[in-house]
Amino acid sequence: MNLLLSCLGLAVVSAVSLFVGASDIALASLVTGDGGGEALLVLLASRLPRTLALVLAGAGMAVAGLIMQMIARNRFVEPSTAGTAEAAAFGMLAVTLLAPEMPVFGRMLVAACFAMGGTLLFLAILRKVPLRSPLVVPLVGLMLGGVITAVTVFFAYRLDLMQSFYAWTNGDFSGVLRGRYELLWTSFALTVVAYLAADRFTVAGLGEDFSTSLGLGYRRVVAVGLTIVALVTAAVVVTCGMIPFLGLIVPNVVSLLMGDNVRRSLPFVALLGAALVVVCDIVGRIVVHPYEIPIGTIMGVVGSAVFLYLLLRRDGRAA
Amino acid sequence: MIDVKNVSKSYGPSVVVDDITLRLPAGGMISIVGANGAGKSTLLSMISRLLPMSAGTVTVHGLDVTKAPSDELARRLSILRQDNHVVSRLTVRDLVAFGRYPHSKGRLTEADRGHIDRVIGYFELEPFADRFLDELSGGQRQRAFIAMVLCQDTDYILLDEPLNNLDIKHAVAMMKLFRRTADTFGKTFVMVLHDINFASCYSDHTVAMRDGRVVHAGTPADVITPAAIRDVYGLDTTVQETPEGRRIVHYYV
Repeated sequence: MNLLLSCLGLAVVSAVSLFVGASDIALASLVTGDGGGEALLVLLASRLPRTLALVLAGAGMAVAGLIMQMIARNRFVEPSTAGTAEAAAFGMLAVTLLAPEMPVFGRMLVAACFAMGGTLLFLAILRKVPLRSPLVVPLVGLMLGGVITAVTVFFAYRLDLMQSFYAWTNGDFSGVLRGRYELLWTSFALTVVAYLAADRFTVAGLGEDFSTSLGLGYRRVVAVGLTIVALVTAAVVVTCGMIPFLGLIVPNVVSLLMGDNVRRSLPFVALLGAALVVVCDIVGRIVVHPYEIPIGTIMGVVGSAVFLYLLLRRDGRAA
Repeated sequence: MIDVKNVSKSYGPSVVVDDITLRLPAGGMISIVGANGAGKSTLLSMISRLLPMSAGTVTVHGLDVTKAPSDELARRLSILRQDNHVVSRLTVRDLVAFGRYPHSKGRLTEADRGHIDRVIGYFELEPFADRFLDELSGGQRQRAFIAMVLCQDTDYILLDEPLNNLDIKHAVAMMKLFRRTADTFGKTFVMVLHDINFASCYSDHTVAMRDGRVVHAGTPADVITPAAIRDVYGLDTTVQETPEGRRIVHYYV
């Protein structure tokens, strides 16, 4: 794969994303200023933020999935199959109930702490459970996520917060406007951090023994990795809601094509993650135009199909 | 020199390594032999800081392995355990290159690259240098792992059953390569070996273990005797000396 071509591909789908939606933006009216600059307003206040949010969230979630797969040494782990995203949503519920006035950045940090807690719990369970098959790992994560979600829903239902619950758990970018997505730049910054530490994640992916033998502080790398994952997940849950499967299918596809040397694969994981999210969102905007289908739903359909393909393809091989 | 002092490892009431004190000289090849469950791998893991000790101390080249900074140790001592399950899809070249991690921290210099190419050449890995690990046979993979460990270029190289999965041709080639590396560069190999005849023919020093203790230690001439082998394995064998003065144990029939 070629990095330049991938960047170009992302640029093209992003450009398309700028011009698709309920309100028509004609390039001509932007240039001539027809319609009292309304087109420009839609572009700058809604479409551009939305597209940026898609790119940032997509890249962040895909990289978060890659890091988790390296740390858990399992191909089927990502924030939504490890209890991370569910714990983040639980954190959002807690902060909504206990500190409703908290600014959005604070909410994100609380959600990140919960996400971290959920992931650590997941890893602790993995250490106790005999892992006969690599598929047991995501099953454990899905069950843990189910338990956390059950608790969250119980309180959300009792306290009339089900609408917020859906907003956290089902990714939707239709509400993204200028001033309501900037938190996702945190996720971008963390992606850069992940790239700087790429070799460490590759070594950690070889396992604790290899890491120690190579003089790498394994626990510290795991801690850094999980912090990145928790913060990215929290930022996405807070601003647009969880995007399922993304962190799972993108790193797997890139791994099949070019292997797991994180230094080499991370840029592609980020670009492909971003492009996939943008495309899914465009599809969601087109199929029931002028209404929209949330990206979480589109991604759920696309993602589960690719996931099934990966499962069947890797059947029998140590994943 | 590796200095093992009163090292023990126990899991609850069961003692796996029982108060071992050993001095392993620097330079040359040291083999550890013994029956299954004698504690050989456990001892090797503790020497290489992969496993915490229940009691005792290990120093390598004067560095206490539990206290010295891990990255400093990684430039002095490398270890390959047996049964390495690597999930990552790395190419052989990538894997070997990560052997340079303690020196380069991921930023490979020209010298590192030279090293990597040389090691790949020694191990005859060029034909599949760009293949992924999951596309190799068990023996090829094992050679790639050992190449990675040798690429780490440490004074002490600890290997747990390095001949696992290797056919007789590659096993002999591997032992000869170790011998040459030890003699040319003054490296110290410490390895757990199952095949007592490889231990006999290639090591300078042999340690024989049973039930978590060292029962015999010395040159192969001291340790490879019918009496000592009976002590270690509880098996009657005959030992024959070849015209070159090497001892071969006959135990198949």
